[in-house]
Amino acid sequence: MRDITLSQAVNEAIAEEMRRDPTVFILGEDVAEAGTPFKVLSGLVEEFGPDRVLDTPISEPGFMGIAVGAAMTGARPIVDLMFGDFIFLIMDQLCNQAAKTHYMSGGKLNVPLVLRTNLGATRRSAAQHSQSLQALVAHIPGLKVAMPSSAYEAKGLMKTAIRDNNPVVIFEDKLMYQDKAPVPEEEYLIPFGQANIKREGRDITLIATSSMVQVAEKAADILASEGIEAEVVDPRTIVPLDEDTLIKSVKKTSRAIVIDEGHQSYGVTSEIASRLNEKAFYYLDAPVTRMGAMDVPVPFSPALEDLTVPTPQSVADTARKLCAGELVHAA
Amino acid sequence: MTDSKTNSEDYLRMYRQMARIRTFEDTANQLYLSAKMPGLTHMYSGEEAVAVGICEALTDDDRITSTHRGHGHCVAKGANFREMFCELLGKEEGYCRGKGGSMHIADQSHGNLGANAIVGGSMGIATGSALRAKLQGKDDVTVCFFGDGATAQGLLYEVMNMAALWNLPVIYACENNGYSEYTKTEEIAAGSITARAEAFGIEAFKVDGQDVLAVNQLTQKLVARCRKGEGPFFVELETYRYHGHHVGDINREYYRSKDEEKDWKTNRDPIIRFRAWLVSEGIATEDEIDAMNADIEKDATEAVAYAEAAAYPAAAEVDMHVYAD
Repeated sequence: MRDITLSQAVNEAIAEEMRRDPTVFILGEDVAEAGTPFKVLSGLVEEFGPDRVLDTPISEPGFMGIAVGAAMTGARPIVDLMFGDFIFLIMDQLCNQAAKTHYMSGGKLNVPLVLRTNLGATRRSAAQHSQSLQALVAHIPGLKVAMPSSAYEAKGLMKTAIRDNNPVVIFEDKLMYQDKAPVPEEEYLIPFGQANIKREGRDITLIATSSMVQVAEKAADILASEGIEAEVVDPRTIVPLDEDTLIKSVKKTSRAIVIDEGHQSYGVTSEIASRLNEKAFYYLDAPVTRMGAMDVPVPFSPALEDLTVPTPQSVADTARKLCAGELVHAA
Repeated sequence: MTDSKTNSEDYLRMYRQMARIRTFEDTANQLYLSAKMPGLTHMYSGEEAVAVGICEALTDDDRITSTHRGHGHCVAKGANFREMFCELLGKEEGYCRGKGGSMHIADQSHGNLGANAIVGGSMGIATGSALRAKLQGKDDVTVCFFGDGATAQGLLYEVMNMAALWNLPVIYACENNGYSEYTKTEEIAAGSITARAEAFGIEAFKVDGQDVLAVNQLTQKLVARCRKGEGPFFVELETYRYHGHHVGDINREYYRSKDEEKDWKTNRDPIIRFRAWLVSEGIATEDEIDAMNADIEKDATEAVAYAEAAAYPAAAEVDMHVYAD
């Protein structure tokens, strides 16, 4: 199997779906000839033309709203939001319009659109280009949220998102665009709501999203050298969430750390930890522990920024303490 | 106002639709005042010629987006009283199964993409509908209804810019009823509203929104031009809201005088004006119009009785339709 980058995987997924379905189109800032600042969409305008790869002005609420209207009337837009931080600009169109239209219309209107954007700190981009805001949208009923953890995941989840009849937000980690992984030549889709057990283990479950899956895998390597077997589980989509697989894993290992790059308070880690406490309480030997980004705006200085996110070492340290029966306060 | 004989069916339908809106609103207001309607609502009374003049120039394939003051658009686009009253009362047989209510009525079968409770919230949706038409080679037109208050939302200027850049078949219909909630429009809108559209190179028009024929004739021309790829357009319709901002806004003399309200209701009422014209042109007699009004009253009374007796959605509905299959 060939190895391709996450960027190429996203590009392939979109191109394949655009060939398959003429109602799919892309709109966003600098998506055409520029192919976005991360070059993820390079080549698409050459194949599909400027009507289907549509450069917009820098008007995020405007083009998000336009996508909602196009989706409601028979198109399948892919909205390219250059940075995840710009979600704050489009909140009304995403959360008040796209998310609620199907419900408010009693099921008569659908909004099949994909919002592809990114997350991730440590790119030295400071507080307005580094946030991981998945918890904000996961909070709103009516939206689905996918968090690919590799090129393979990114392609399969993107294709599923484009075919979904609901608004789907996909967060790609902007530091992973050049990361390569084996991706089959033949077509495949990854269904939503099916977690992936990346690595099996019996002592502790590390539930991790997006690039935190890599962090968890590295932590598991460290722990393995010490005789602790960690199980790494990637939920793939946080809405819908495959609770069953997570609970089953925790019932087996009796311990869990939930790792996500969003701010720790009121975040994805809190939600998953709560569900495990409610549904696997009697199987637990230690409190389910959250590891998110620190509750600070992301600082610019590398000396500070690197302190704000979970690392393989910090995850391994926390896991070691939980396995030793020590109480841990990760934040 | 030519061809009055050949178009008499169209004129009678326009009258009927305006009278239906007024009757619907009077009935809804009574439901609210007698505490039979949950929540609150915003009356369209006084603005009937705008919705009817525009929607009578559209087909079922043409789309509209509506506002929190949206009953008029819904009726004008072809909706039935029965499903509308069911929706207002939160009943299962409502257009949205009772999940939307007054501020979110949508009627997809007639191209009504829905009312919107965020002021200006549907401007993107309307523009997106027009983009879809263009991309898919369809000749339908989308009309975006919004009030003067919504001209203060930045979204309008973002989407008008894109609509103009891409020549989209959308008509921005600004219903200027003189008040942005409880504030005079002149206190919230600097300069000219139409000039704002013109700044994007969009042809903009100002029309008497109490004259249904003037509104209809202008809209017909603009719709035809949109179908030929000459859109977008902007229309400011000068109109008046007879009630307060919402049904509970009763004591409003601090922002609007009773004399002013009386003047509009007496001298510029779109239904009274059009009725007089129909009679003077010999299109209908007073008796025929009275009979039509009685018919509409009966329809409303029956629809309300039906809606009051209709079932609420079952509890199992509460988490249905969060996601589409």
